[in-house]
Amino acid sequence: MQKNILIIGATSAIAKATLRIYAEQNNNLYLVARNEEQLKIIAEDAKIRGANQVEMMACDLAELNTHQALIENVYACYPKLDIVLIAHGTLPNQQACQDDVEIALQEININALSTVSLLTLLANRFEAQKSGSIAVISSVAGDRGRQSNYVYGAAKGMVSTFLQGLRNRLNDSNVQVLDIKPGFVDTPMTAEFRKGALWAQPEQVAQNIIKAINSSRNTLYTPWFWWGIMFIIRNIPEFIFKKLKL
Amino acid sequence: MKLTGWGRYPTIDSQSVFPNQPGLVKSLMHSTEHKHEHLTQIARGLGRSYGDSSLADHSINLSKLDNFISFNENTGELTCSAGLSFSEILRVFIPKGWFLPVTPGTQFITVGGAIASDVHGKNHHIDGSFSEHVSKITLCLASGDAVECSATLNTPLFHATCGGMGLTGIILQATFKLKRIETAFIDETTFKTTNLSETLEKFEQHDAATYSVAWIDCLATGKNLGRSLLMLGEHALSESNSNQNTLHVAPHSKLNMPLDLPGFTLNSLSVKAFNVLYYGKVRQQESQRNVHYAPFFYPLDSIQNWNRMYGKKGFVQYQFVIPKSAGLVGLTEILTEIAHSKRGSFLAVLKVFGKGNDNYLSFPEEGYTLALDFKLDSTLFAFLNRLDDIVLNYGGKLYLTKDARMSEKMFKQSYPLWEQFQEVRQQYDAHKAFNSLQSKRLGL
Ligand SMILES: Cc1cc2nc3c(=O)[nH]c(=O)nc-3n(C[C@H](O)[C@H](O)[C@H](O)COP(=O)(O)OP(=O)(O)OC[C@H]3O[C@@H](n4cnc5c(N)ncnc54)[C@H](O)[C@@H]3O)c2cc1C
Repeated sequence: MQKNILIIGATSAIAKATLRIYAEQNNNLYLVARNEEQLKIIAEDAKIRGANQVEMMACDLAELNTHQALIENVYACYPKLDIVLIAHGTLPNQQACQDDVEIALQEININALSTVSLLTLLANRFEAQKSGSIAVISSVAGDRGRQSNYVYGAAKGMVSTFLQGLRNRLNDSNVQVLDIKPGFVDTPMTAEFRKGALWAQPEQVAQNIIKAINSSRNTLYTPWFWWGIMFIIRNIPEFIFKKLKL
Repeated sequence: MKLTGWGRYPTIDSQSVFPNQPGLVKSLMHSTEHKHEHLTQIARGLGRSYGDSSLADHSINLSKLDNFISFNENTGELTCSAGLSFSEILRVFIPKGWFLPVTPGTQFITVGGAIASDVHGKNHHIDGSFSEHVSKITLCLASGDAVECSATLNTPLFHATCGGMGLTGIILQATFKLKRIETAFIDETTFKTTNLSETLEKFEQHDAATYSVAWIDCLATGKNLGRSLLMLGEHALSESNSNQNTLHVAPHSKLNMPLDLPGFTLNSLSVKAFNVLYYGKVRQQESQRNVHYAPFFYPLDSIQNWNRMYGKKGFVQYQFVIPKSAGLVGLTEILTEIAHSKRGSFLAVLKVFGKGNDNYLSFPEEGYTLALDFKLDSTLFAFLNRLDDIVLNYGGKLYLTKDARMSEKMFKQSYPLWEQFQEVRQQYDAHKAFNSLQSKRLGL
């Protein structure tokens, strides 16, 4: 059966790979991203791949006051959503965040507050419809603050904690809340990094996400080995951890 | 990052960028970093060219620029980004009843790579090469400007770009026609021939077959020289298939060559054994079967990284074409030379090409083409130089996308339109911006 799927941050590499799979399964998509030109290209691509219906809206998600209208628009197109994937975000420059409060707060805004805002609006709808899946891309960086990117990590940590509470709240309503924690993924966002063995391709991450949604998982570390890595990182005693150059 | 072609020779240290939007390619051209004279840059797709045509200090990898842009269901006309792979196109379009107009022996190539090499398939004698099905391309020039070209628009640039090995600019997108199929299956007929003249005769007799290709036992000598399995194929029609789901896509292979085989496993004995077995596997003079498109078109894709079979040093593929007029005599001389050298090739593939086209550096032209893999060793190049002389003597040439070693002299003699090609490059300043190891070696 065709599903109605909302993808926020549709031009991000992981979202793009995920929505392509959903498109090939003939689902109905609603795509949201900032860059209108890119959004149109991705929407057309999704149609050719087999999406039954593709709707879209270009908007800057950092403008929190646009969210209400966005969600209303989505529901005007699709009276019921089966899946929402929230995948937008930026990877801040930690040094810049340290030097400039403005930048630090901007990054918190886009990586945490905007997600909280969208989730608040969506959660009420999902609670009322008593079904569906909410999937959000957080990050392994949210599991523990490290000097190299704790502004990003703090934002993602906030998202993950928010999702925990939401999951608890929506459990009775039969709504899945999936926290996706990718490790290093080879995307334009990370183009400047040297790639080693731990790096994953967005296509691989996308397949893991879809599988986790289908099997009603709560948390997904992707690729799987990040679960082990983060287990260790979370459990290093703080008096040692604070001395590490991580 | 170390970069190499499919033959894993040569290797170069290269900086790669992976633009995923046309705008990023354009701004890359604008950025001065890529304009230092001593640096070279070239486009790259999925790196399935064998030699050094996609190797340069800076590699602009298009494989992330991979969108479908538009499709006309009535005409089969598809527009897509240049980094889209043939395997993606097949995955999406086979279920809808469409197939590529021309495909090489692997599906892991990009549309940009297919145009830059002007690739041919088993249907060249009927349908020509891939570029002949391309109605329009968008090319990013050295200036960063994107221009459209076709057989009627910026014509010289179009004919320089198709088959131009990335040396005119970066192909951003292309429009070409897919063809209708009823099923994903091929009706295949295999003829077992006992020598070269019988092989060529059979080709001649069956020149109306849509697809044709012969696998030659290149170690057979004397009266067996040129013995082959000639395979013909037609897209199967729906009534000939009882199978319910006839438009299904082949799953990706899980077989993988995990590491380099040590050099000694591949010697004339093992190749000889393989050849004898392969040839002997088919018993009847003529046999028929109904096969899925994947094993018919892409037998090698069933083992990922099969190129590791040739060991660490890598290998080169030698593919030449000689005109029809050189015929039996020419092929006999070359095959004799190869058989005597005892340098076996697991795969020696013979095809008959139809007419060539107007692209300046396009490889196919009416005649016979033979492709062979040779493991790299210290005496190989001297041997290939000898083959070069024979090929030149018969008025033939080598395929640039397989080449890693031909001399400038050989190239300029066998590609007479190279000067026109170079003029077009100069007109668009491409000679300063786009260079590969190969173009430098060939004096372009
Ligand atoms: C198993 C196997 C079987 C093959 N069989 C055949 C066959 O039957 N017939 C045949 O014709 N070929 C065949 N080939 C060769 C293959 O089709 C070509 O080498 C093809 O060009 C590879 O495409 P690619 O995307 O991997 O390009 P690459 O190898 O990455 O690049 C090849 C050339 O194309 C240029 N290029 C790539 N993308 C662009 C772009 N966007 N803009 C401008 N230039 C670009 C590069 O600069 C380079 O010169 C075969 C190869 C293999 C490995």
